[in-house]
Amino acid sequence: MTDEPTVAESSSLMTPGNVITAVILVLGAIVTVLRFTQGLGATTNLSDNNPWGIWIGFDLLVGVALAAGGFVTSAAVYLFGMKRYHSAVRPAVLTGFLGYFMVVIALSYDVGRPWRLPYPFAIQQGTTSMLFEVALCVALYLTVLFLEISPAALEWLGFRMLRNVITKLTIVLTIFGVVLSTLHQSSLGALFLLAPSKMHPLWYSSYLPVYFFITSIIAGLSMVIFEASLSHRFFSDKMDQTHKDEADGLMLGFAKAASFILAGYFVIKVFGISADNNWHYLFTGYGVWFLVELMGFVALPSVLYAIGTREKNITLIKWTSALTVLGIILNRLNVSLVAFNWHLPSADRYFPNWMEIVITVFLVTLGITLFRFIVTKMPILYEHKDYQTSTH
Amino acid sequence: MGSIFFTLQDFMVYTEGVTYLLMGLALILYTAYFVFLMDRDDD
Repeated sequence: MTDEPTVAESSSLMTPGNVITAVILVLGAIVTVLRFTQGLGATTNLSDNNPWGIWIGFDLLVGVALAAGGFVTSAAVYLFGMKRYHSAVRPAVLTGFLGYFMVVIALSYDVGRPWRLPYPFAIQQGTTSMLFEVALCVALYLTVLFLEISPAALEWLGFRMLRNVITKLTIVLTIFGVVLSTLHQSSLGALFLLAPSKMHPLWYSSYLPVYFFITSIIAGLSMVIFEASLSHRFFSDKMDQTHKDEADGLMLGFAKAASFILAGYFVIKVFGISADNNWHYLFTGYGVWFLVELMGFVALPSVLYAIGTREKNITLIKWTSALTVLGIILNRLNVSLVAFNWHLPSADRYFPNWMEIVITVFLVTLGITLFRFIVTKMPILYEHKDYQTSTH
Repeated sequence: MGSIFFTLQDFMVYTEGVTYLLMGLALILYTAYFVFLMDRDDD
């Protein structure tokens, strides 16, 4: 918990993990230069048929979903009064903030003229556009997350007065976070309502906004468990006793909630098939893939979470959280890439350019590196000694 | 499932009928799942 690097820490910089991270960051920097000097045509496989690739399908859709842990945890603690999960708020909000930050960075790569990103707010509002609503909510929510995590940075920097002012806004910021998340998590699903003829019927549904919102809550709960299990493994020395003591209760409680919501999600997915009478598609190749997603990454984690909660099996819960996070990634990629343009001949289907993949890996690595830096320096996994009695 | 529908009315009556039956079934199963999930809370 000290800021001074020891001799052992300095000499351990050349670890395999650090070397791989450095290689990815250098490679990403080179492709970044290519992207912004040569344009999208030279660095991506995007086309008029496939204007959204993995920078939207993975970086944005998955990034936003997995960053939902921030609003889920702060709502549980500050709005529903579940103070026993308080130690999970800062790591969850930090994960959320970095997730959204990476989403905005990814968007700057993806849009043709990124310097026009502020246009929806300043030049042309386009208030009838679903994208306008997403843009507005993401911009506002990133600001909210920045304010929510700023007390940690202010405690680290020693700005006591400013920190105290911002912590007084906690409830207001939490309410803003829940409202903005509800709006844009569902709107990301609603974007695909605009293209019913391009989506495979099994993934297209008028309930897509509801599906996206509910899966974001599942993603948030699972990411908090997943992140907590990784933090306990890699940042155990940065944790105080409160974090360690509350960890099992947090995982059991969040696993129970995730199990119940996954079961509900499974049920409404079946309603979606029934409401559009899409049963016959289940017996096709796409149907098998749809069932793999539904049974393997929705029904199975729901049951595993339930067993883990009943048996108080923390190891099972940790592995199930990884399975659920994989399921969320699979769902977003299925909606945006697999089911989208499903009727086109395979020659016209989208497959990412290697440079798109490099940028995606680069952004994920950058996010993890920033997380590691902040957790090492700031009071995220422990309470600052000057603010031990604070409830924020 | 393999029915041919000649009017939107036929389609809606069929699909909503099936969906409402599924909803009733889900309500019972979901309650049972909730009990399964919570019944060891007192331990």
